[in-house]
Amino acid sequence: MTTELSNPLALIAELTHRCPLHCVYCSNPLEMQSRANELSTETWSRVFKEAAQAGVLQADFTGGEPLARTDILELVRAARAAGLYVNLITSGLPMDEAKLAALVEAGLDHVQLSFQGAREEIANEISGARSHEQKLRVLEWLKQHRIAVTLNFVIHRRNIDQLEEMLAIAESSNATRVEFANVQYYGWAFANRENLLPTREQLNHSVEILKRAQERLKGKIRIQFVVPDYYAKYPKPCMGGWGRKLLLITPSGDALPCHAAQVIPGLAFENVRDKSLREIWEHSPAFQKFRGEAWMQEPCKTCDRRDQDFGGCRCQALLLAGDAAATDPVCSLAPLRPKVDAILAGMNSAPRAEIFVKPNWLYRPNPS
Amino acid sequence: MPPDLTSFPRLAPGCRLNDKSQQPRTLLMPERALRLNGPSLEIVERCDGKHTVQQIITDLQKIYSKAVPQKVESDILGYLALLHEQRALDFT
Repeated sequence: MTTELSNPLALIAELTHRCPLHCVYCSNPLEMQSRANELSTETWSRVFKEAAQAGVLQADFTGGEPLARTDILELVRAARAAGLYVNLITSGLPMDEAKLAALVEAGLDHVQLSFQGAREEIANEISGARSHEQKLRVLEWLKQHRIAVTLNFVIHRRNIDQLEEMLAIAESSNATRVEFANVQYYGWAFANRENLLPTREQLNHSVEILKRAQERLKGKIRIQFVVPDYYAKYPKPCMGGWGRKLLLITPSGDALPCHAAQVIPGLAFENVRDKSLREIWEHSPAFQKFRGEAWMQEPCKTCDRRDQDFGGCRCQALLLAGDAAATDPVCSLAPLRPKVDAILAGMNSAPRAEIFVKPNWLYRPNPS
Repeated sequence: MPPDLTSFPRLAPGCRLNDKSQQPRTLLMPERALRLNGPSLEIVERCDGKHTVQQIITDLQKIYSKAVPQKVESDILGYLALLHEQRALDFT
């Protein structure tokens, strides 16, 4: 069966890997690009035009910290001029009132402000930097502008018990959308997984709190909740399906089907310095590799859910099963699900005193 | 709750129509997009903080004069309530 090729809908623009934070679950690869390898303003501007022509509606400016780019205003203007909806995913650390006003003036549509916790102590521990107070200041400044605001709380064992306080922060802001996204275990998060996975009891409690909040805040704040997929029955439809909706450009211009795709051995990535976005989307072997269904193994190959979850996450399959074409091992139908169950059972049966002790985190360093 | 007929619907911060030159016309929102055509486009184009709900209804009843007026009204009210629930619309 052949699958008709759809247009990409969103471009994830990793403008830089430089970042003032050192979060222990950062989605950047373990090997990061230096400033010297970053794409120029001109190349990014061309990429935005090509993206809009290929059908992309939205550009997600991320990193690292996108505000570390000194040409950030030009990049916002270029993406808006190309006709894209511009979303800035930021730690808020390099923000000040004048910069925010200039970004809004340049046409920024949406700010997504990340939070590492509801309280200073845990937030600073997780980010390896004094960061929390500044984020609260940014929230106040955002109230002065007509712009969409999303708060993104990254959730794990050591802050999942602060949900009520996180909701209070959201309600005191002008955010219309809040994401409570459990850490997904790739890259830095995979390295720190032992200390990040929440317990089953924590997870169940958090689901109850957020369901109540969703009901209570209807029409005011949309609440989105991402569970840690190790606890799920079926895998997530990672990236909305490989090479189906999204593409990511790294700071040095490589086009990837997802954040973590570089962990998969044997995939060759094309670079936007050499080829157009449309060419890459349609013909890059890395995008073709897991597009559609031909690559699937059993049980995915004949599964009724294969057009809903697309076999789950390829990178997770590689990390847990050692085979990027395997069924995502978090799926209850996967032959390797017992491996995930063993990880959960080990953690959930450990004494509480042991699993809540302050860990020796592996912090993400900052590239030059 | 259906919106008040005298209120002025206006697209919420961070929600906007794509440019007239771009096809298909799309309502861009944080992390989502809605393709618009026909009546849905006519409605959203009028959610500018200058038209009341009643004016939008009157306009569309004229444009879709072959449709049952009550049906046009209830469809519009339903659509505006839906956009409000999705945080795409404010009423002032």
